[in-house]
Amino acid sequence: MELISPFILGLTVFVLAVFVGYYVVWKVTPALHSPLMSVTNAISSVIIVGAVLAAGSAQDFITQLFGFAAVVMASINIFGGFVVTRRMLEMFNKKK
Amino acid sequence: MTANFSALAYLISSVCFILALQGLSSAKTSQRGLTFGVVGMALAIGTTLAAPIVTSYGWILSGLIVGGVIGTIIAKKIQMTALPQLVAAFHSLVGLAAVCVAAAALFEPNAFNIGQVGSIAAGSLFEMGLGVAIGAITFTGSLVAFAKLQGLVSGNPLIFKGQHPLNALLGIALVFIVFLFAFSESYTFFWAITGIALLLGFLLILPIGGADMPVVISMLNSYSGWAAAGIGFTLGNSLLIITGALVGASGAILSYIMCKGMNRSIINIILGGFGGEQSATAQGSAEQRPYKAGSAEDAGFIMKNAQSVIIVPGYGMAVAQAQHALREMGDILKQEGVQVRYAIHPVAGRMPGHMNVLLAEANVPYEDVLELDEINRDFGVADVAFVIGANDVTNPAAKTDPKSPIFGMPILDVEKAKTVLFVKRSMSPGYAGVDNDLFYKDNTLMLFGDAKKMCEEIIKSLGD
Repeated sequence: MELISPFILGLTVFVLAVFVGYYVVWKVTPALHSPLMSVTNAISSVIIVGAVLAAGSAQDFITQLFGFAAVVMASINIFGGFVVTRRMLEMFNKKK
Repeated sequence: MTANFSALAYLISSVCFILALQGLSSAKTSQRGLTFGVVGMALAIGTTLAAPIVTSYGWILSGLIVGGVIGTIIAKKIQMTALPQLVAAFHSLVGLAAVCVAAAALFEPNAFNIGQVGSIAAGSLFEMGLGVAIGAITFTGSLVAFAKLQGLVSGNPLIFKGQHPLNALLGIALVFIVFLFAFSESYTFFWAITGIALLLGFLLILPIGGADMPVVISMLNSYSGWAAAGIGFTLGNSLLIITGALVGASGAILSYIMCKGMNRSIINIILGGFGGEQSATAQGSAEQRPYKAGSAEDAGFIMKNAQSVIIVPGYGMAVAQAQHALREMGDILKQEGVQVRYAIHPVAGRMPGHMNVLLAEANVPYEDVLELDEINRDFGVADVAFVIGANDVTNPAAKTDPKSPIFGMPILDVEKAKTVLFVKRSMSPGYAGVDNDLFYKDNTLMLFGDAKKMCEEIIKSLGD
């Protein structure tokens, strides 16, 4: 049997993940839509995985520089996104 | 760490992200969800650091520290009223990071195990082109959104002749060049894609007015996810694909909810030009109708003697930072035995859920804050509807006047309350530029002034 192309495998994962996202996000309570945005913003910075590869395994200075820039931007997002989400969620869960 | 082992770790981290989103289905589970998100991210970064292909750590660690410190400081200092612009700024960074990663992958494909320079598979290049295009659009689009929200540029829609044909032309050119790039691996085409996409992001968001920002932010949220997925396809990394798909779907759903909240199609919003001051002045010449204006004392007296009060907050409350004064007013009324609740329209504020966060910040109990479908029927039995900084979302024309630009938009039925108190700075119409019949009803009392000052004055009068 011939090998399935990586693109098709990726597409399979992608389509299934869209469905998972669809069902999970519809369950999010509207009151928490702002934290939803900030947390999705933080996790979309998982693109840092690519940035780390560029910054840590490239030989060329220019590539390393692009990698470094991407690591900085993605980590601003990751830390910033998670911290601001935590601040919001604490407000929703304050003890009275 | 072997490739299989890394792939398993990435799978666990994908599951963590799904659980993070699932946690947001209620406030109680949300913090646990956030922990899952943080764990998933730490695992993802740790796994990548441990990959044998990564040989030097200087750039990575300094990048993490610099970014981490900046991000943490910003997130700790930001005021909750400025949340929409913060999120817009964060989106722009995801977009730019995607562009940088794609550029790095193009220059040194062997660093990512996707081939050698000059022989990257056409499929990977195609995905890279798409990822870079979406990333660049997200970047400039979010910058424009940020500038509009921050008030650096006018929130009015900026429209010029031939804008839509120009955008269409750029869009077609973009797709065409992505194909050229996929079959040539040419750096020139790569930067052409980046340049056109940057311009397109700018042009796409420019014509969209301030009141449509909840949709724009959700849309850019979605784009940032698709950009991450695009890079995931290029690098053959399923974690990036899954996360990108989750975020993309999430943003798309939020955009859909926001569009429904305004009864407008996404196309209509993207075409832009809705709202802003031009249309307001166009309608401003209508005849002057009589209305009743009251004082803070009047308002205090009416609410003190009411049994139930429903407060309808809008963007004006956020601008005036009135949420704390408003909560204090609510607390005093509660002590007087008045039932006080808050009604939130889906598109109140400048991002989804914006009002809920501001009220939570001011310590308004979670149970007192209700969504449109939960509370709309109760206006009929409420004594007072206290509208503060909202306008179009209460306009009965949305139900009665088919010619109104907001016709069909779901509204909060504040008109059904026995008395409507309307806090407003002046008689100017809302963002949609539509006059609100509510102002002229017999049971409406207009309270002119800054939202925060008005609440403080009402508090004072309640104390007397």
